[in-house]
Amino acid sequence: MRYLGLRLLQSMFVLLGVSLLSFVFVELAPGNFFDEMRLNPRISSSTVTNLRKQYGMDRPLPVRYFRWVESAANGELGFSFAYNAPVAPLLWARARNTLLLTGSATVLAWLIALPLGILSAARQRGWIAQACELFTTALLATPDLLLALGLLFMAVHFHWLHTGGMFSRESAGQSLWGLSKDLAAHMILPVTVLVLGSLPLLLKHTRAAMLEVLDSPYVRASRALGISRGRILFRHALPAAINPLVSLFGFSLGSLLSASLLTEVVMSWPGLGPLLLEAVLDRDIYVVIGAVLFSTLLLVFGTLLADVLLFAADPRIRTEDLA
Amino acid sequence: MKAKHGMAILLIFLGLLHLAVFAAGFLAPYDVAEQDRELPFAPPTRIHFADAQGTIHLLRPLVCLMAENSAQFGSYYEDTRKCFPIHFLVHGPQYKLVGVFATNLHLFGVDPPARLFLMGTDAYGRDLFSRFLHGGQISLAAGLLATLLSLGIGILLGTASGFHGGWLDAVIMRFGEIFIALPWLYLLFALRAFLPLNINPSQAFLLLIAVIGSVGWARPARLIRGVVLSGKERHYVLAARMFGGSGLYLMRRHILPQTYSIILTQAVLLIPQYVLAEVTLSFLGLGVGEPEPSWGNMLASVQQYHVLVSYWWMLLPGIALIPVFLSFVLLANALQARAT
Repeated sequence: MRYLGLRLLQSMFVLLGVSLLSFVFVELAPGNFFDEMRLNPRISSSTVTNLRKQYGMDRPLPVRYFRWVESAANGELGFSFAYNAPVAPLLWARARNTLLLTGSATVLAWLIALPLGILSAARQRGWIAQACELFTTALLATPDLLLALGLLFMAVHFHWLHTGGMFSRESAGQSLWGLSKDLAAHMILPVTVLVLGSLPLLLKHTRAAMLEVLDSPYVRASRALGISRGRILFRHALPAAINPLVSLFGFSLGSLLSASLLTEVVMSWPGLGPLLLEAVLDRDIYVVIGAVLFSTLLLVFGTLLADVLLFAADPRIRTEDLA
Repeated sequence: MKAKHGMAILLIFLGLLHLAVFAAGFLAPYDVAEQDRELPFAPPTRIHFADAQGTIHLLRPLVCLMAENSAQFGSYYEDTRKCFPIHFLVHGPQYKLVGVFATNLHLFGVDPPARLFLMGTDAYGRDLFSRFLHGGQISLAAGLLATLLSLGIGILLGTASGFHGGWLDAVIMRFGEIFIALPWLYLLFALRAFLPLNINPSQAFLLLIAVIGSVGWARPARLIRGVVLSGKERHYVLAARMFGGSGLYLMRRHILPQTYSIILTQAVLLIPQYVLAEVTLSFLGLGVGEPEPSWGNMLASVQQYHVLVSYWWMLLPGIALIPVFLSFVLLANALQARAT
């Protein structure tokens, strides 16, 4: 438990560091939301000055930072200039949609990667292993952006699926079942992109982890004892190989979030991606900082979760902690 | 033996690619900004090896004149009666080879009024093939320079961290953890958000390199720190220290050479990632802007629904990236396999 406590403390440190760094960068950066506003001839300069005062942007950096920390503690995360509303509710409305995408993509990707990785490790020269190798190399060379564009093109060209957004216009006012069916149809494309994008790494690591364990003396010993192949694979080798995979689960969230950001923009999914892009273009800095912090929080949460899972899955870590 | 051949082929392919992009002006038949207002969104020009009479032209293929269908805007037909041969080493628009030698010699071209668009044209009737070659100059250079920058920072901080140890090590590594903790695209967005938006292409190019390069230093720094940490305890390094070698001398002569293979592998891994980062940012309108072509902003028009639906060749600049990335991925694999 001490170990987990330490990790929690470390994550807090990372979050604080990210927020502080973002504020310093904002301070150093030339130009801001109000400078863009000043360029608009229909807004008088006294209005801009007043607005600046109202948002507290005329105060020095430490004051602004502490005010922001205060508002973060209140669950507001600062104030959006462009939406004229607190950032946290804005973010949360979009983050739910992003989580829906990344959550389903994570589950699906692992469901596909684990059996394929185990199989290709078990039969190294089999056709499954060869096909996986080819498949992962091809996917590694295809950036998420192209995957998204290519799939979107095919879907539109062959009239396969619903594209763009979360719901069709006709679905308004339908029953819950109808709505979820519509949602699922809209999710297929973006989730496919995310799954395909994250598969190569997962497959590669699953295979490598399994291969390492299968190579160890105790597996050879169990084989010599006449234990069946399937039992060795799933009962003896897999629990030992799961360790690096759990850590990978924590790490892979980061690249998944990045891929999701891009996919959402391309497929116009109302998640964090379009919101963040708009905020960057509008220089709505508190939204940007909020979104970045949110992604950090998710990632930190992912690695913490991985730690807890490791703790549960690996008796070696537990005894280490007791000692 | 086989792996060695594979690596050689990859290196030759990548070398040729960089050469082609470097000499884009010579290989490209048209200027990047040259617009043909008569032929917006023209599909890739068909190359004929036989004319209307059925005579075979294997060595001098033909290109037929394109004309717009009067019935439908943006659709074209070929006038097979008016065909022109493709010439090699022709005189065309002026350009500067390698940015120095002014010339107007191009590898191939057709006589006007015929036009040769190998990858079709965009909304302004600009040749996508010429723009793709020139765009590569920006995208590849951004990738290479950003890799140099982030490896430079990584080597500096990694060796300092590993060699000095103590508080410096702790500070640098904790600082690096913050960078690794963030999803890279969020980090790129954030850095980009704090920098001015309305800038000219060359400023944007330098800015992109700075942003992309300063994001990725943490991972190489960590790897290099690890090698330095174990490397400085090696017996021959300790012996050199006993003989009175200074810190800098030990570093340069004995410790840094141990990190070369890791630096090389990291470079091959990072270059495609950073090229992709440029492509992504320019695609989203946060990078190098029009009229200067880059691999990213050439794809940006596909974000419009009707362009994606009606003009499939607008995706060609993206598809052409796959062999580029594939060869980098295979090269990285080969390097990693050689290291273990």
